[in-house]
Amino acid sequence: MSDQNPQTALDRSDSRVRHDEGIAGAIRAFIDRVRSGDLGMLPVAVGLVLISVVFASLNPVFLAPNNLVNLLFDAAAVGCISLGVVCVLILGEIDLSVGSMSGLASALVGVIWANMGFPVLVAIAAALLAGAVMGMIYAMLLNKFGMPSFVSTLSGLLALLGMQLYILGPTGSINLSYNSALVKFGQILIMPHWLSYLLAILPGVVMVVLGLGTMRRRAEANLSSPGLSVLVAKAALLTVALLIAVFYLNRGRGVPYMFGVFVALVVGMNYMLTRTKWGRSMFAVGGNREAARRAGINVGRIRMTAFMLCSSLAALGGVFASARLATSSQQAGTGDVNLNAIAAAVIGGTSLFGGRGSAWSALLGILVIQAISNGLTLLNLSSSLRYMITGAVLAIAVIVDSLARQSRASHGRG
Amino acid sequence: MASSHISAEPILKLRGVSKQFGAVSALTDIDLDIHAGEVVALVGDNGAGKSTLVKVLAGVHQPTAGAIEFMGKPVDLDSPGKALEMGIATVFQDLALCENLDVVANLFLGHELNPWALDEVQMEVRAWTLLRELAARIPSVREPIASLSGGQRQTVAIARSLLLDPKIIMLDEPTAALGVAQTAEVLNLIERVRDRGHGVVLISHNMEDVRAVADRIVVLRLGRNNGVFTAETSNAELVAAITGATENAVSRRRARKDEQMEPQA
Repeated sequence: MSDQNPQTALDRSDSRVRHDEGIAGAIRAFIDRVRSGDLGMLPVAVGLVLISVVFASLNPVFLAPNNLVNLLFDAAAVGCISLGVVCVLILGEIDLSVGSMSGLASALVGVIWANMGFPVLVAIAAALLAGAVMGMIYAMLLNKFGMPSFVSTLSGLLALLGMQLYILGPTGSINLSYNSALVKFGQILIMPHWLSYLLAILPGVVMVVLGLGTMRRRAEANLSSPGLSVLVAKAALLTVALLIAVFYLNRGRGVPYMFGVFVALVVGMNYMLTRTKWGRSMFAVGGNREAARRAGINVGRIRMTAFMLCSSLAALGGVFASARLATSSQQAGTGDVNLNAIAAAVIGGTSLFGGRGSAWSALLGILVIQAISNGLTLLNLSSSLRYMITGAVLAIAVIVDSLARQSRASHGRG
Repeated sequence: MASSHISAEPILKLRGVSKQFGAVSALTDIDLDIHAGEVVALVGDNGAGKSTLVKVLAGVHQPTAGAIEFMGKPVDLDSPGKALEMGIATVFQDLALCENLDVVANLFLGHELNPWALDEVQMEVRAWTLLRELAARIPSVREPIASLSGGQRQTVAIARSLLLDPKIIMLDEPTAALGVAQTAEVLNLIERVRDRGHGVVLISHNMEDVRAVADRIVVLRLGRNNGVFTAETSNAELVAAITGATENAVSRRRARKDEQMEPQA
């Protein structure tokens, strides 16, 4: 330690490290990362802009405030499911039954609440519990028997669909009351303007406060920081973008509470994944399972939590979907729900190969998927074409993921 | 040699440990004592069972038979976590690092500071301190392991084993991928760890390294104990114990070389 120049930060003492400081440095580091294949959120951001431009030029209604509000209402349900899918993808596993799980949850809510007359919260709790149990079963099949999640969840897809049809019985569809809080939450409840603006400013403020704290602690520990200018620029950019988005949405109906809940879940998951030991263990298991085990991580328990979270979030997505549609039907959770949820996670930048991903990918990915679906509906295209186009988008996303992975390997960034 | 520091009672005591993989007996009836403050070198040919023995002690494999005593108490090493907790740290031959995580994350993997709000600053400082102690040449601890060279990864793996201040540290071929200076640093480090009163188990094919630091040299052959030697033992004797014959590939080669030299003399 004695030979160290007190002027040099602890992590900048090696002469081979470039000193990226200030905004220019941050931009240069970002370009370096992208060139080496560490794309992060870039493809999805570019995709979102492209999609908006194309659809807006084909039909101006696409960018109308109220259409975007509808889009956010629609995004919340599948977005929740996608958030769970991110968890299992980070482990390098997959859950193909999320669509059926959401359908079963929606059926449970219909039967327990609308038919049997229990309070709505009891019905929702039952749906979430069913999700947790299902996730536990998948994890046990994987931990005890080494059954690949691909197979166990594929059989789960069929079994859960069967259970959904069974509990719905011969009537097949249960209508939920339009006057109930649940359906209002799914269809019309909008944040008051003051709250939406407050929530738009909050992230930037939190970012600056936490960032200043980190900078102070890093300086005390003699570590370098990217600098105040970068922090303020990032926070300002984020705040302006959010304020514009909220202002635009408020010209229509406003920001749906349901979407707010979804974003809160994403923020919570992001914290769990990046700032806790659990999240670190998730990425470790996804990156190198044996190394994680030898480091003393209980791999079985990590898998258990991931699968339980995934199925529970799928169930919550099912509850949201039934609230959105005001019905629990045999069709809930079928069709493209499954694929959309998985596609959203991958399009958002979570790797199918494990060990790489972020909670934000669920949010950004579902916006892309929902924008495509919404735009194609506005163009009066049949569902046959919509399926084909969504399928192509998923294929492109996976190709981008694979190419980025190869590029990372050749640039030595794993 | 710091033989004066060596404890009378072994920290780790193995009696009759065997490990079978199906029909193959990787280890048969192994006895081994490791005392505090000594370096035990484990040598043997390829397939002698060195790495298997290390994995048994690290809790990765469970022995088929035999007893393990740690600090005088019989223990059951049924998971890597348990071995780590007890104070047996291991640097595996394949290093067992997560390539997608950065150096700090790998060092603290499974033992992060402040589990519900990771203390990144403190972890980064400790990482730098630890790496400096090892004279490691790692430019940045915030790069993923995938971007490091073999030698740098080795240093990270060794640094990680020291993080928890273990009672015994086992190094499986720690110098195989290292340069000259780093090898010397690792040997210095081994002596420093020993002088702090820890037990060190060193596996190496490099007899020079082994002689330089080992207090005792335990030879394994085909999964069995084949003698205990000291650094003063002659090379020929060691090689004979490792290969199981005084007449072996090494001695034949030596004899042939000598014959070729003679006519010129």
